[in-house]
Amino acid sequence: MAYVAVKGGKKAIEEAEKLVTYYRYKGGSTPIEVKQILDQMRMAVYQVMGEGSLYAPELAALALKQTEGDTLEASFLLRAFRSTLPRNFYSLPVDTTCMQVIRRISAAFKDIPGGQYLGPTRDYTKRLLNFELLEEGEEHVKDFMAEYLAEIEDEIHEPPPTFPKVIDLLRQEGLLEIPKRDKEGETKVVDDITRQSLRFPASRAMRLQSLARGETGSMMALAYSSMRGYGNIHPVLGELRVGYVDLVVSHPLIEGETITVGKVMVTEVEIVSEIMTSNEHRDKNRRPKFTAGYGLCFGQNEVKAIAMATLDRAMASENPKAPAEDEEFVLYHIDGIEASGFTSHWKLPHYVDFQAVLNRVRSVREREGRK
Amino acid sequence: MSRDLQETEKQPLLKVRNLSKIYGSSCKSCLELTGPDMESNICPRCGSVVACGNISFNVYPGEIIGIVGESGSGKSTLIKSLYFDETPTSGEVYLQCFENGETNLLSISSQKKRWVRNHLMGIVYQNPYLGLKMDFSCGGNIAEKLLAADWYHVGKIRKRAKELLSKVEIPLERMDDLPRTFSGGMQQRVQISKALANNPPLLLLDEVTTGLDVSVQAQILDLIRQIQREFGITMIVVSHDFAVIRMLTDRTLVMKNGRVVESGLTDQVMEDPQHPYTQLLINSMI
Amino acid sequence: MRGIYNYGFIDENTKKEIRRKLLKAVAIPGYQVPFGSRELPIARGWGTGGLQITLSIIGPEDTIKVIDQGCDDSVNACNLRDFIVTTTGVKSTTDTLEASIIQTRHRIPEEKMRADQILVLQVPYPETLRWVEPSEQETRRMHAEKDYSKLWVFLYEEIVRWGEITLSYRYPVMVNGRYAMDPSPIPRWDVPKLHQAETLFLFGAGREKRIYAIPPYTDVVPLQFEDYYFQVENFKGKFCKFCGSTDSYLDEVYDRETGERYFACSDTSFCMKRRKQSSGIPVKIGRRWYE
Repeated sequence: MAYVAVKGGKKAIEEAEKLVTYYRYKGGSTPIEVKQILDQMRMAVYQVMGEGSLYAPELAALALKQTEGDTLEASFLLRAFRSTLPRNFYSLPVDTTCMQVIRRISAAFKDIPGGQYLGPTRDYTKRLLNFELLEEGEEHVKDFMAEYLAEIEDEIHEPPPTFPKVIDLLRQEGLLEIPKRDKEGETKVVDDITRQSLRFPASRAMRLQSLARGETGSMMALAYSSMRGYGNIHPVLGELRVGYVDLVVSHPLIEGETITVGKVMVTEVEIVSEIMTSNEHRDKNRRPKFTAGYGLCFGQNEVKAIAMATLDRAMASENPKAPAEDEEFVLYHIDGIEASGFTSHWKLPHYVDFQAVLNRVRSVREREGRK
Repeated sequence: MSRDLQETEKQPLLKVRNLSKIYGSSCKSCLELTGPDMESNICPRCGSVVACGNISFNVYPGEIIGIVGESGSGKSTLIKSLYFDETPTSGEVYLQCFENGETNLLSISSQKKRWVRNHLMGIVYQNPYLGLKMDFSCGGNIAEKLLAADWYHVGKIRKRAKELLSKVEIPLERMDDLPRTFSGGMQQRVQISKALANNPPLLLLDEVTTGLDVSVQAQILDLIRQIQREFGITMIVVSHDFAVIRMLTDRTLVMKNGRVVESGLTDQVMEDPQHPYTQLLINSMI
Repeated sequence: MRGIYNYGFIDENTKKEIRRKLLKAVAIPGYQVPFGSRELPIARGWGTGGLQITLSIIGPEDTIKVIDQGCDDSVNACNLRDFIVTTTGVKSTTDTLEASIIQTRHRIPEEKMRADQILVLQVPYPETLRWVEPSEQETRRMHAEKDYSKLWVFLYEEIVRWGEITLSYRYPVMVNGRYAMDPSPIPRWDVPKLHQAETLFLFGAGREKRIYAIPPYTDVVPLQFEDYYFQVENFKGKFCKFCGSTDSYLDEVYDRETGERYFACSDTSFCMKRRKQSSGIPVKIGRRWYE
């Protein structure tokens, strides 16, 4: 008899990995290039960057290739990679009014300073499967590009318009109010959830950071509950904009100077919700106003940004009742890496734990049987 | 009676000094501009609500003190402040049996407050959902109070629980049932047994019979009197009903708009009320 | 792998933070210290807390042992061990006596550990009060005020209903007379090992972002009543099919071919040693924890 202590576990893992690779290759098709994913699956890339909390489009594309399109797994890869990177700088606050906008709309007003620009969106397409795409080839690309670029030839050279914030219109009129909770919780140092764990009541910084890297589906579900009636938030879209913003850091050596380190694409949403008359003390200084909810995430991910803004506002409620208003309920359950990890962990052996339970149940039954 | 005994008899068990509770931003004029003379709790300058303003009184060992007033008089806020359910805006409270009556209870740490609540006080609320944990059995509720007072013996806990439940006439077969399934009167009796579990020197009763059927009310009041006779516990009874006050208490404080407008021996206050508001209350008794 | 990745994978500042938090945890036995838990290439819920602790304290001179449910060969233990070895270059072992650091999921080894060893436990639920209270804000208050009445009543109700406390793993303990603590899902069998031990116990919850510790020679007492004492699991009449042991924690197993039921030591390396010993092969088996 062989006295091998470790037998089989390691080998099993290796074989499982080989099988995964086999499943990816067995179709016989040409291996996907990372560039193809970057170019043609950009929505998945954005989602993975946002949930992985790392703006690195090429790495996100690589992760998607490695995981065969599993966005939860791919975000996980990115998040893990993040942990081996040193933190070099904090950027200066980004001014999104300087955004190079590719899309900008408002639902609150029919028209707005700067105008409404639909940009690249599927919102108004008919959701019909396009079977022509089955035959798409390089000639299609060439033909479309040549025709389209000729069409817009004149406009390309015009400077892009600037877009002031819609929500500033309300702010100037004194109609915007910072929720009491956030006013009271303001601190001098901004929390960083990648360096501390969540504490409750959570600061606005913690809320927004958690949401910004949250999993799109969970956030959408919770925001949806709020819109449907488990709570009171009707998020009128003050503004949604998608575009590129510069990342600027303070010069490490020369005081007063800054360096622009690059550009990132973000989706920014500001919703406006009316504040119902407070049923707390009849403070003479309180008049009806609006409060805003803010959403920001990497890339173009509009559902997530709207959900984020809705949840931001919901969690600032003075009398939280519904699940989406309970910040512990929301913030603990929207992180995709944590949720998927723990959901999956039930696949790990639990036989020692289970044996302990069996032992108890049998013990009680035995005693009851003796009575 | 020896000199020393006389001295301790004269020492109040509970001393309350200048207790105030103000909801809102509060300003310098809040106390000045509110009260029974203004017929208002709301400060005209800042809109804050003065629930209690500058309340002071003593309670002597073995006494039952009544606090009477209508809704908004501040009586419930006062008693909740004593039990640390509310945090007063200002004031001092001293219990003779805690650090010799020398420490202001409102200034101690929450850990110490918890200790005081668990070992030296009991409370019965108008709403049993406040005083009982509806997810714990009847016995479990009493056990909670005993465990907080460091009883860690299941047998002894259950024995004591049975004693208490018999005293309040709850059938022992229902000891392990959830109070959710009991009638209002029964829930109140469970609350009383829970409040008595740790033999507290001070018992607070906040509108305990309000909302119950008249016959049930009578039962509960009778029970409270019995308990007082048997154990000599010091009590503060809050009610809007002078009939309850008359039945139970030795001395009474009358509150209006967050202030005490009259105080004295219950019989005297009822027979010969001085303040016009007291007169109004007494005259409107059916 | 070492080319792009730091020694032990996580960056140096993270290690610094975790070490500071570990010191705080050791200074306040049983108290849950929040920390900025980092993500790792192992999934949340699969040991990232324990792993972060191990990676923060490990050095080239250490020898690592990793077990899951008592078994070195379990797939997840293999994966973790592989990751640790690849990112640090340390030696690994299955022998409890040879390891300087043991990372474990849900079991404490049968052989008594020494003062020069550290046991790192993987924790899914760091909060023992979660049995009675879902809100973190509320449970932190309860710990701060030493307000454990809800937990005690829960245990009382168990006795009233079942005649005993039915909690099996994650049995709540009182540490140093001050903090109620969740010892992680170790069975009752392993709980007494924590009391007045020579070894340092470190607990890591990566997903919940908490670190706590039991320093050597600390009182660790399971919550019990004077008339209902804490009891460990009962394996009366059962023995290990392979080594014959009657006083180790046993797994209940069903033979994959015959379907027959048998029992076997959960601690596989302990079992292996006993088998070697009874075949006349010289082997060093550690002492038991309570002798």
